[in-house]
Amino acid sequence: MRPFAYERATSAEDALERHNDGAVYLGGGTNLVDLMRLGVEEPSRLVDVAHLPYDRIELRPDGSLVIGAAVSNSALAADRTVREGHPLLAQAVLAGASGQIRNLATVGGNLLQRTRCSYFQDTSKPCNKRDPGSGCPAREGEHHNLAILGHSEACVATHPSDMAVALAALGASIRVQGRDGERTIPIEDFHRLPDNEPERDTTLEPGDLITAVEVPPVGMPSRYRKVRERASFAFALVSIAAALDVDDGQVRDVRLALGGVAHKPWRAWRAEEVLRGAQATEESFLRAAEAELEAAEPLRDNAYKVPLARNLIVRTLMELGEGS
Amino acid sequence: MDSEVTPVHADITLRVNGTEHRLSVDTRASLLDVLREDLGLTGSKKGCDHGQCGACTILLGGRRANGCLALAVAHDGAEIVTVEGLAQDGRLSPVQEAFIENDAFQCGYCTSGQLCSATAVLDEAENGWPSAVTTDLGSDPALDDDEIRERMSGNLCRCGAYVGIVAAVREASQRKEAAEA
Amino acid sequence: MTDRLESREKVTGAAKYAFEYAVENAAYAAAVQASVGKGQVRSVDTEAALRLPGVLAVLSCENAPNLGDVPDGELALFQSRTVSYRGQFVAAVVGETLETAREAARLVRIEYAEEEPDVRLRTDHPGLYKPDKVNPVFPSDTEQGKPEDAFRDSPLQVDVTYTTPAEHNNPMEPHTTIAQWNGDETLTLYDSNQGASTVQSTIAQVFDLDPTQVHVVSPHVGGGFGSKGTPRPNVVLAAMAARAAGRPVKFAVPRQQMVATTGYRTPTIQRLRLGADADGRLNAILHEVSEQTSTVKEFAEQTATPTRVLYKAPHRRTSHRVVALDVPTPSWMRAPGETPGVYALESAMDELAVAAGIDPIELRIRNDTDHEPGSGLPFSSRNLVACLREGADRFGWAGRAPEPGVHWEGRKLVGMGVASSTYPAYQRPNKAMARAEHDGTFTVRIAAADIGTGARTALALIAAETLKEDLGNVKVEIGDSAFPRASVAGGSAGTASWGTAVVRACEALRGKMNGAVPPEGIEASADTGDELKARDEYARHAFGAQFAEVEVDADTGEVRVRRMLGVFAAGRIINPKTARSQFIGGMTMGVGMALMEESVMDTEFGDYLNRDLAQYHVPACADVRDIDAVWVEESDPHLNPMGSKGIGEIGIVGAAAAVGNAVHHATGIRVRDLPITPARLLTAL
Repeated sequence: MRPFAYERATSAEDALERHNDGAVYLGGGTNLVDLMRLGVEEPSRLVDVAHLPYDRIELRPDGSLVIGAAVSNSALAADRTVREGHPLLAQAVLAGASGQIRNLATVGGNLLQRTRCSYFQDTSKPCNKRDPGSGCPAREGEHHNLAILGHSEACVATHPSDMAVALAALGASIRVQGRDGERTIPIEDFHRLPDNEPERDTTLEPGDLITAVEVPPVGMPSRYRKVRERASFAFALVSIAAALDVDDGQVRDVRLALGGVAHKPWRAWRAEEVLRGAQATEESFLRAAEAELEAAEPLRDNAYKVPLARNLIVRTLMELGEGS
Repeated sequence: MDSEVTPVHADITLRVNGTEHRLSVDTRASLLDVLREDLGLTGSKKGCDHGQCGACTILLGGRRANGCLALAVAHDGAEIVTVEGLAQDGRLSPVQEAFIENDAFQCGYCTSGQLCSATAVLDEAENGWPSAVTTDLGSDPALDDDEIRERMSGNLCRCGAYVGIVAAVREASQRKEAAEA
Repeated sequence: MTDRLESREKVTGAAKYAFEYAVENAAYAAAVQASVGKGQVRSVDTEAALRLPGVLAVLSCENAPNLGDVPDGELALFQSRTVSYRGQFVAAVVGETLETAREAARLVRIEYAEEEPDVRLRTDHPGLYKPDKVNPVFPSDTEQGKPEDAFRDSPLQVDVTYTTPAEHNNPMEPHTTIAQWNGDETLTLYDSNQGASTVQSTIAQVFDLDPTQVHVVSPHVGGGFGSKGTPRPNVVLAAMAARAAGRPVKFAVPRQQMVATTGYRTPTIQRLRLGADADGRLNAILHEVSEQTSTVKEFAEQTATPTRVLYKAPHRRTSHRVVALDVPTPSWMRAPGETPGVYALESAMDELAVAAGIDPIELRIRNDTDHEPGSGLPFSSRNLVACLREGADRFGWAGRAPEPGVHWEGRKLVGMGVASSTYPAYQRPNKAMARAEHDGTFTVRIAAADIGTGARTALALIAAETLKEDLGNVKVEIGDSAFPRASVAGGSAGTASWGTAVVRACEALRGKMNGAVPPEGIEASADTGDELKARDEYARHAFGAQFAEVEVDADTGEVRVRRMLGVFAAGRIINPKTARSQFIGGMTMGVGMALMEESVMDTEFGDYLNRDLAQYHVPACADVRDIDAVWVEESDPHLNPMGSKGIGEIGIVGAAAAVGNAVHHATGIRVRDLPITPARLLTAL
C-alpha cells in the first residue's frame, strides 16, 4: 500500500475542499481498504467522511425515506421504519456481506463498491477498468459470474452491491454534494454501463460526495432474493428485487431489478412494461422475463444466468402474486 | 525525501479491553496489525487480511467489525474489545464456556473471531436486529439455529466446527436469556 | 468426553501461533511473485524498493546465498533464474514494518524472458506419463485378470468419466514463520507446520546445518490439512531474509500468495468402468486417472488406490498418468488419493445401482470382501457393512423412494445419497520420552503436532491410561523439535504413531519406577521403529458410510445439504468429543468439495485465478445444517497398543459422492464434474 495522508472532514464543504487529485473519500473502508491492499486503489490522501452528520434515517410524511450516506448497512437494515415501510431494502442489505462487514460499511460506500471480477483485483494482469486500454481478459477467460446484459467489448464486469439492486427497483435517488452545489441523481443514471469507459463505475464527477439516498414509498408486497454459490457470505450469481401490486388478478404496478447480471443494478424496464395491466399469471411473468432477457448476450461460460434470471423473475413474481 | 514513499504517521488513542493506549500509527496500518504488532494483543487473528474470513473480528464501539478492514487512523478514540477482553477477572464469558463445552473449535485460529462475533450476535438478537433469514422483518426474530447459522457466516472455520459453533451460540443465548429472566 | 486440554488458551486468545511470538527487534518480509507463467528472470531492479525508507534488504536470484542440498525444488528459493509457474516466489523484501515490506515488494521490477506456459490438464496431453510410484510409495498401476475383456462381457456396464477440480487447503492460519539466527549459528523457527521434526531436518539440510542447530517451535498450528506437512517456501524465505537483514524476520504468506506457493489438490480426470452381472456383483473394475504435477518436482496423487481396497472383483485395473505442467506443485490435501478417488468410484457405484435397479446399500454389501482385493491380504478388521447398515437405520434410508426425481417439497427436489468411505490405518516409527516428576506428576514429550486434531488431548489420555494416572497428573508437551523425533501430523497416522511411542515410553517409565521419585525425576524413552518392522502383514484400513439428504431448488439449481450422517469403523476411539469433531470437520470439507470448492485455472495467464476466500468458496456456517458422525464398536488386535485407526481424513472420503448421489436422487441429474454449482445443475434441470 502506498503511503497516504489521512484527513477527517468536518463538513461536506470541508470534504470537497480537501478532495484533491489523488484523494479518495473513506467511508467504512470495507472495499476501499481491501482494494488498496491489493494495489488496485492507490490514493495519496484519504478524506474520511464517515463522521459527517449524515448518519440519520428520516421517514418523510409521504412514506419516503432519506437515508444519510454515513448510515451503516447494519443500522439501515435494523431500522424499524425501514423494515416496516421498505422491507425490500432491508432484505437486500442483509443479503450482502457479513454481520461484521455491514457494521463498518456505509450506505454511500455500498453504492460505490467496485466489481469483484478476478482480473480487476489482480494488478499483474490487464483490465480496462483498472488500467484503461490494457484489455479485458475476462471476455475470453474466467467469466462464469460476470455480465450477461449491457456489457461491452471493453468490460464484462458486474456490480456487486445487493443494496443497490433494491434501490434500483425502488427508484431511489442519490443526493450528491458537488463543486457546483447539491444535486440529485436518479439511481438509473447513477451507475453506468461500461461502454468504452469501464473505469467509470458511476456518473459522479471528481470530488462529488454522496450525502444521502432518497427512497420513494413502495406500498406493495416486495421481495429480495439472491442466488449464490454458498448459503451465505458470497456475492450473487443473480439476485432480484421485486415488488408487485396485483388487483383482481391484474398487475397494477410492478418493480423489478436484477443484480449480478450487468455493470449496474439492472432495472427490468421491459419486463415491467409487459407486466403492467397484464394478468398476474405464470404465463405473463414468463413472457415478461423473456422480453427482458431477449437483450442478454451471455458469454461462453455464463449462459446459465439467462435461465436463472428468468426463473427468478417468474418464481419471485408468483410468490408475490400468491401473497396478495 | 519523496513524499510518495515516506510513511505518514498519526497520533491516535485507542481504548482496548479497558486500557487506554496512545500510539503513533502508520496511516496504512489496520486496527488488526496495531493490536497484534504494536500492542501485543495477538488473540485477534489474521486469516485473509481482506474481510473475507472473520478471524480478525473484534468489538469496535460495541459492534463486531473486521479489524483487518478498519484503518487504525480512522478509529482514533475507539473503544475496542478483543478476545482477550471477553473473560472478566479470569472468569470465562458464557460464550467462551459454551465454546469449550461444545467443542466449537479445532485448530483455534478462527476461534477468537468466532467468539467476538458470537458475543455480538447475542446483543444484536437482543436488540431485535434481523438477518437475511428472518422471515418477518416486522417482528423481533428469535435466535433459532437458522438465524445463528446465517449470523455466524462471516466467520469461516476450515476445520469445520460449525456444528459445535451453532450449538455453543444456542447454548450461550439460552443461558443469557435464563440469566436475564 | 474430554475437552481439549488447550481449550482455555484457545478461547482467551492466549494460545500463541507462529507469527505471535514477541521476538525482539523483528523485521518483516514480503514476497514477490513471478508475473509470467514460464520463463527466465532477465533482471531484477531493486532500486525503487531500496529507496523506500525502512527497507533492509531485497533478495532474489541475483543475490541470494547458495543453499545446501535442497531436497524439494519448491524450497530452492531464488537459486535459479527459471520461472516454473506464475506466482512462484522470485524475490523477497525485508522492511522495518509490514507496510514498508509489502509496499517495497510491489516496487521490485523484474524483467522476464517469457515463454508460453502449458497449464491445462487433459487426457490427450502428450506429456502424460506413468510415474514410478504414486504418493507415498504405491505402485502406479495394478492389474489382475483381464479387466478389458471382463468389462466388455459384463451384462451390466457403467463407463463414466468424472472430473474433480484443483482445490486448495486454505487453513485459516496462513503458512507463517518467524526466523531468528542466534549468535551461535543456530536457527530458531517459530513456524506453523504439521511436524516440527520434519521442518528441523529439512531446513537443516537446506542451510547446511546440523539438525541440532535448528530449533522449531510450533505448539499451536492453525490448521494445515496436508499443506503444512512439509516445510513450504515461507520457512526458507524467512530464514534467508533473517540472515540477510541480520535480524529476526516475520513472514506470513498472504492468503492470495498461498494459492501458488503452499500446495493444493491436483485436478483429476477419472475414467471408471464397472462391469457387473445382473445381480450387481462386480466382475471388472477399471479406474484410470489423469492428473497433474509441476515441472519443479513430481507429486503423483494416489487417486485410484482406494479402488484396490473397497470392492471385490476378479478383474481389476488401476492406473495413474501424470503430466508435468507449468503449474504450482500439487501436494497433500486432506486424504490425498482417497478423496478424489472415492468420489469417482462411489459415484460410479451409484450409477451401477441405478443401472442394476438395486438399492445402493445392497449393491455395496453384495460386493463386500474380507480380503483386500488389490493385495490379497486379509483385513485386520473391516466393518463397512456394519457402517452401511447402522447408517441406513439411523438416517431413515428405508423410506427412500428407489426412483430419482420424484420427491418434491414446494419448488425443492429432495433426495438421499450414500457412499462408502475408507482410509488406510498407517503407522510410522516415533520416539517419545516420559518423565515422573518429584511432585508426583508426569511429563510426556514428543515432537508431535496438534493442528486442531486434538492430538495433545488424545496423547494425554493415552499416557494417563498407560501410567494408570489421572489425566490431571499428566502433562503432554508437543510441537517442539527439541522433543523426541516424531512423524508428521498426516496420513491420519498421528495418534496411532505418536500414541504407540507414548505408550512404550510410559510403560518403560513404569518399569523403572520403584517407590518414591527422586528430586531429579525418572525418565524413560521409547523408539517404535523395531516394533513396527515386526508387525504381521494385514491390510489395515478404516471404513465408513456417508449419508446425505439434499434439497435442490428447481428454479435456481441451488443445492443445500439438509442432513448428513457419517458412520465410521475406525478402531477404538480415544476421545469421543474431539473425534466426533474431526469426523464432522472432514464431512464439512466434503460438502465444500461437492458444492463449491474449485480453483479455476486461468489458461491465458497460467495461474489459479480465484485466490482469496471471497472467490474460492469454502463452506460457511449457513452451509452446514445438520451433520453428525457416529461410530461402530470395533476391536482390532492388529493395529497398535491403543487399538486405534486414524480419523482425521476419513470424514472427507466419500462425503462428496454421498452429496452428489443425493443430488442425482433428488433430480435425476448426474453432474460428473465437481463442484455441483447452480451453473452446472441449472442447465440440466
